Amino acid sequence: MKSWQCLVCGWIYDEEHGWPEEGIAAGTRWQDIPDDWSCPDCGAAKADFEMIEITRA
Amino acid sequence: MAAVSMEARAWRWHDRKRYLWPLGLVVPLFPFLAWALVDATGLGLFWWTGALVVYGLFPLLDQLFGKDSHNPPDSVLAYLEQDRYYRWCTYLFLPLQYVGLVVACRLWSAGGLSLLDKTGLAVTVGMVAGIGINTAHELGHKKDTLERWLSKIALAQSGYGHFYIEHNRGHHVRVATAEDPASSRLGETFWRFLPRTVTGSLRSGWQLERARLQRLGKRPWSLRNDVLNAWAMSLAVFGILVIVFGVAVLPFLLLQAVIGFCLLEAVNYLEHYGLLRRKTTSGRDERCTPQHSWNSDNIASNVFLYHLQRHSDHHANPTRRYQALRHDERAPELPSGYATMILLAYLPPVWRRVMDHRVLAHYAGDVTQANIQPARRAAVLARYGAAR
Repeated sequence: MKSWQCLVCGWIYDEEHGWPEEGIAAGTRWQDIPDDWSCPDCGAAKADFEMIEITRA
Repeated sequence: MAAVSMEARAWRWHDRKRYLWPLGLVVPLFPFLAWALVDATGLGLFWWTGALVVYGLFPLLDQLFGKDSHNPPDSVLAYLEQDRYYRWCTYLFLPLQYVGLVVACRLWSAGGLSLLDKTGLAVTVGMVAGIGINTAHELGHKKDTLERWLSKIALAQSGYGHFYIEHNRGHHVRVATAEDPASSRLGETFWRFLPRTVTGSLRSGWQLERARLQRLGKRPWSLRNDVLNAWAMSLAVFGILVIVFGVAVLPFLLLQAVIGFCLLEAVNYLEHYGLLRRKTTSGRDERCTPQHSWNSDNIASNVFLYHLQRHSDHHANPTRRYQALRHDERAPELPSGYATMILLAYLPPVWRRVMDHRVLAHYAGDVTQANIQPARRAAVLARYGAAR
């Protein structure tokens, strides 16, 4: 499971948690999210995200 | 870049604005232009060249050249993005900007200018500082480290280094909501908006950076703090100029900085006036869409502002380079370019007359959907027929 961060505003999509708010189930992989999806916080396009490693305590 | 199609290469020759973009470099030449015009005519009025061009010539050019809604086809966007020519058009703004600042300090400190002339010179340089924030804005959105640094350098002249933080991580998140200091509200005059956005953006920039450092387990008072290191750059620039030209240039430096960021805030004022994102059932703000920014396709202002007026596409694709930004049919369109609209913004009754009914029309007559100035809510609702 990976995390992806919006390069503009810093919002993080965590594959483990998905985004149930908009029907993206927990465990949904980044590549399975539609290309026209955008950052829930700032509206930046999917292309404006990049993968980050999140270290969990 | 073998993948770049022949079609894209051929299309390049049809990018009608390609050779217009260097015109943006006319802006940092304002101080030189002013000096030359004063020298040629003997008229002190020309120390005000920056203001004459921004408030006089640019609006005139907007009327003269009208709109250009031509969009690059999707197939050439990647090609346009990687063409470094367009980047150089923005990078070159910076050396001209700073040579102009130094020359202006010299003119200010050399004596021989009346107080009125000096004020004109500070206003002219302030226009460069303000439009320099727009150049910094273009650079500050990029993923490239060099460009992010150039952005901070461009902001140093106006002391607005926190803008780089606040704009990306604050404004782009809260745009067109009541919480955004940089989104103006229906019924809010520019003069009410100005102190709110200046102080609110400052506070927001600091808080965002403090929170980021806290997550990393660092203290806010260090040069890692992007707000502090950006301000340090302003201090260094101003400090060096004071050492070289004497403390007499300090009022000049402060004046041009204030004029600069006030110009930027006038542009902020008109970009989202009255526009509001609805709350979703879960209490979040709906996504920012093209309906949440005022656009303008007036070609003159667009060339001098690196397509800033294609503002909806900018919010949808914040890292997209200016040359690839597209006009959006769904976006509300201002009656003229930003250069004209800032003049109206300074005159609240005129602004209200031109803009309020457009906000109302955008919401199909339902004023309750607009972002309304809280203190004037009752008056606005009564005026626009929703006093229920």
